Amino acid sequence: MTRYGWARLVIVVAAALALEILCRANVIHRLILIPPSEMLASAWQILVSGEMKADLYFSLVNIAFAIVLSVAGGFLTGLAIYSVPLLRDSVEPFLATYSAVPPIVFYPMLIVIFGLNRVPQIIIAVMFGLVPMAMNTINGLRRIRPVFLKVGRTHRISVFHSVFRIQLPAAAPYLFVGVTLAVSYSVIGVISTEFILSASGVGHQISFAYDNFDNRTMYGLVVLLLGIATLLNATLRYYSQRMLQRWAR
Amino acid sequence: MKARRIFHIAALVAMLLLLWQTLYLLFGQRVLTPPWTTFVNAWTVLKSLEYWPDIAESMRAFSIALLIACGLGMMGGLLIGSWRASTEVLEPLLVNINTVPKVALYPIVLLIFGLGIWAKVVFGVLHGIVPVMISSIGAVRSVNPIFVRCARTMHLTRSQMLSRIWVPACIPEIFSGLRLGFSLTLLGTIFGEFFASQKGIGFLLMNAIDLRNVPMIMSLILILIVFALLANSVLLAVDRRLHRQNQVHG
Repeated sequence: MTRYGWARLVIVVAAALALEILCRANVIHRLILIPPSEMLASAWQILVSGEMKADLYFSLVNIAFAIVLSVAGGFLTGLAIYSVPLLRDSVEPFLATYSAVPPIVFYPMLIVIFGLNRVPQIIIAVMFGLVPMAMNTINGLRRIRPVFLKVGRTHRISVFHSVFRIQLPAAAPYLFVGVTLAVSYSVIGVISTEFILSASGVGHQISFAYDNFDNRTMYGLVVLLLGIATLLNATLRYYSQRMLQRWAR
Repeated sequence: MKARRIFHIAALVAMLLLLWQTLYLLFGQRVLTPPWTTFVNAWTVLKSLEYWPDIAESMRAFSIALLIACGLGMMGGLLIGSWRASTEVLEPLLVNINTVPKVALYPIVLLIFGLGIWAKVVFGVLHGIVPVMISSIGAVRSVNPIFVRCARTMHLTRSQMLSRIWVPACIPEIFSGLRLGFSLTLLGTIFGEFFASQKGIGFLLMNAIDLRNVPMIMSLILILIVFALLANSVLLAVDRRLHRQNQVHG
């Protein structure tokens, strides 16, 4: 780990310690916040006991669906908008304003159409994640240096090779930014909709525990969720950096 | 060129309305109301005095949240960004915080701030502040180093550096961040009203959902979308202008 990485770790640990001391000294009431050590213990317990296995599984499957759909859909949408001039002129200005509308407002409508199951939740998550992916795809494709394509043409490489050896690697930094955003928005979309109205899932369990003043379970689940999000993020960052390094050579 | 752009946009709007009407014909009254009826309903909602207290409450919470998110986010971003070590240490942390689903933190906010306007404000701030901060950091880091070197040669103090160099040079980039912050803060505030509040547009929406009052749901959604789109177009126009200006002078 780098020097900066250690500093980051120290900050996180110090913040957790400060919180622990404040909680143990009763400055913060137990009804508001429980000590971080207890949160961790509770998260561990939830994970080991398997009492919420079904909910965890439900949420993770939904998140996986949402990620795949928003990355693939966003990439194809971006590709279409980039390559069809008519779409580029008419749709692109709207993409910039799209983020202003919280997709979550459509959730009630979708529930009425599809019923209270995973479908409306995945749709909302995809609505969150697809557009950032599409915008970054357009950005990435637009910034491919024309020289690269010309060199490819002089060497008479096939379209297949042009796509996989030149265009995708050249657009990769932007594509990865898009994927990162799509992943985090998918998580946000799935958990938020579960929190609002759902019959199962981690978000639903958090809101259930909250309604029952079950702080221990609630904070355990929150910590678990933060852990999942961080893990997803770190994995993604590690692999994207490795791939970019390999392509850069 | 201008006429063509307007034509394209009009065509897109027409297509969306057509899609909406088709959806109505497919699913019927039970699920959604047709475009024209929705516009009329939304107008009735706005015209009757009954809902103005809620709209005013939402607007108040939103403006306070926006002020805090943008103010603190910008200041924090400028401070962190003006020092390389703090950027290296804190930026990845902020990016990670940004990907955490903030709804999960909602119960905590509610336990600390209780029912009322402050929980919504804090929730709005929570959504908006980190993106503003990240883009402010990016703005500071991408300032032309020649400006900074020039200022150092002239022995500017730290506060002078901030007001004369950093802020003017960063404003276009920061403004783009504020635009993002605007929409996320709106999302956060409405979100906050969904769960535990007794007033506000989000509360009305949740109420309408519980009562299966489809016309009301649709008109509220329409009002929210039109507001967000209008505000965003204004911000986008300012944004483009700022970026153009900077290109001319910089």
